[in-house]
Amino acid sequence: MQPTFRDLIAANKRNTVLLVLLFCLFVAAVALLLALAVVALADPDALGALDWREAALVGGGAALFSLLLSGAAYYGGADMVLAVSGAGRIEHKDDPELFNVVEEMAIAAGIPMPAVYLIHDPAPNAFATGRDPRHAAVAITTGLRHKLTRDELQGVIAHEVSHIRNYDVRLMLLLAVLVGTVVMLCDLFWQMLRFSPSGSSSRSRRDDKEGGGGGIIVIVLVVIAVALAILAPVLAQIIQLAVSRQREYLADASAVELTRYPQGLANALRKIDADPDVLKTANRGTAHLYIANPIEKFEARANSPFASHPPIQERIRRLDALIR
Amino acid sequence: METWQIIALVVVVGVLVLAAVMIYNGLVGKKVETENAWSQIDVQLKRRHDLIPNLVETVKGYATHEKETLERVIQARNTAMGARGAAEQAAAENALTGTLRSLFAVAEAYPDLKANQNFLGLQEELTATENRIGFARQHYNDSVGQYNAGLMRFPANLVGGLFGFRQVEFFQLDAAEVAAVRQAPQVKF
Repeated sequence: MQPTFRDLIAANKRNTVLLVLLFCLFVAAVALLLALAVVALADPDALGALDWREAALVGGGAALFSLLLSGAAYYGGADMVLAVSGAGRIEHKDDPELFNVVEEMAIAAGIPMPAVYLIHDPAPNAFATGRDPRHAAVAITTGLRHKLTRDELQGVIAHEVSHIRNYDVRLMLLLAVLVGTVVMLCDLFWQMLRFSPSGSSSRSRRDDKEGGGGGIIVIVLVVIAVALAILAPVLAQIIQLAVSRQREYLADASAVELTRYPQGLANALRKIDADPDVLKTANRGTAHLYIANPIEKFEARANSPFASHPPIQERIRRLDALIR
Repeated sequence: METWQIIALVVVVGVLVLAAVMIYNGLVGKKVETENAWSQIDVQLKRRHDLIPNLVETVKGYATHEKETLERVIQARNTAMGARGAAEQAAAENALTGTLRSLFAVAEAYPDLKANQNFLGLQEELTATENRIGFARQHYNDSVGQYNAGLMRFPANLVGGLFGFRQVEFFQLDAAEVAAVRQAPQVKF
């Protein structure tokens, strides 16, 4: 049987919890390994003397840190994102049509009316944020607002409202924090490596104890740690972006479920694709939130594991397939 | 009976009861959502009723020869507000939609009215309200579909039958309106 949208939403909520737990474990493991390697490099003898309680403290500390950061993102992330992108809240009287379209889509999705924000920027884009439908907001640039007809606007808003209803925002916000933690840990490791007294002094000491037995463990540990420090941030980002692209397709499909009019969103995407303006306030941290990738343009929007969005042409193709 | 048999029996019964409780709660959740969705439609209909006196006042000032059209709108609104029961309500609301359409068609003949900011604002509000009613009905039908499908599936149908859960009816346009929609695309030159 084909999964319904409700099944997909439930799966999304489950995946969020699972992802956060897995990522915290991952962070703890990375932290522990990197810490061990640093200790081993500084003084190979200390490795044998290392208490398991100290090790647990390092791993647990890192896991707790990432959990705290996730919590901060969960409760403060939406306001932060809106502040960073320079969005200003508007009321019904400021733009009745936009407000009405948002309300229509919220009704169709069966969620409470989200707050509406306007970003003063000619680049055409839009995003949704908020940890759950009760604390949600949609933001749209003035550039996109003025380019679209009512039907196209409805398609775009339906896409954003779908992100809220599907709990994509929560998932992506937490993912971003956790990826950030991994990247930060690895950066920290490189810094410690540079400043640790691992150079000539420790090597001469190691030479003194030829058959010590600790030497091989140290080398293996350091090799694994270095490999991890290189691979972990890349892997974490690839996972994050793969999830992000999947969410975009799902939001497009949900948008059609709400409006029952694929042309609206397809035409809006065409207009966004044809526009050369680049959003000033977007950065790598917030890029994945927008309806279309706000940083890269044209040829850079190719299909790659490092893209936060699927290629816009492919999205239009899938929408057009629904029209026939 | 031996001890292990008693334990096995208790475990099996426990699992069955737990499953039944979960299915029951799932059905209740879906049922409540259909009721919520239905009340959303009422909220939007009420909103349209509230907008109409304002609209009529605005049009009155410009379209002095359209007393009859205006009266029909007001009458349709009052009938709709007094309607009881889903079928009667749907018929009255459809009649109201029809009179509103003729009112906006009549407004085309009055350039001053069409340029009036207040009228334009009301027109957008009424368009949006019509859309909201449509989307609220769509959401209602979506949740009814979810509930009905959930109720038909095995083993939820057993639990549903046991506790008297019933299929909920979809919202449907009346026969005349369906016929009108079906033949709409016929364009003659």
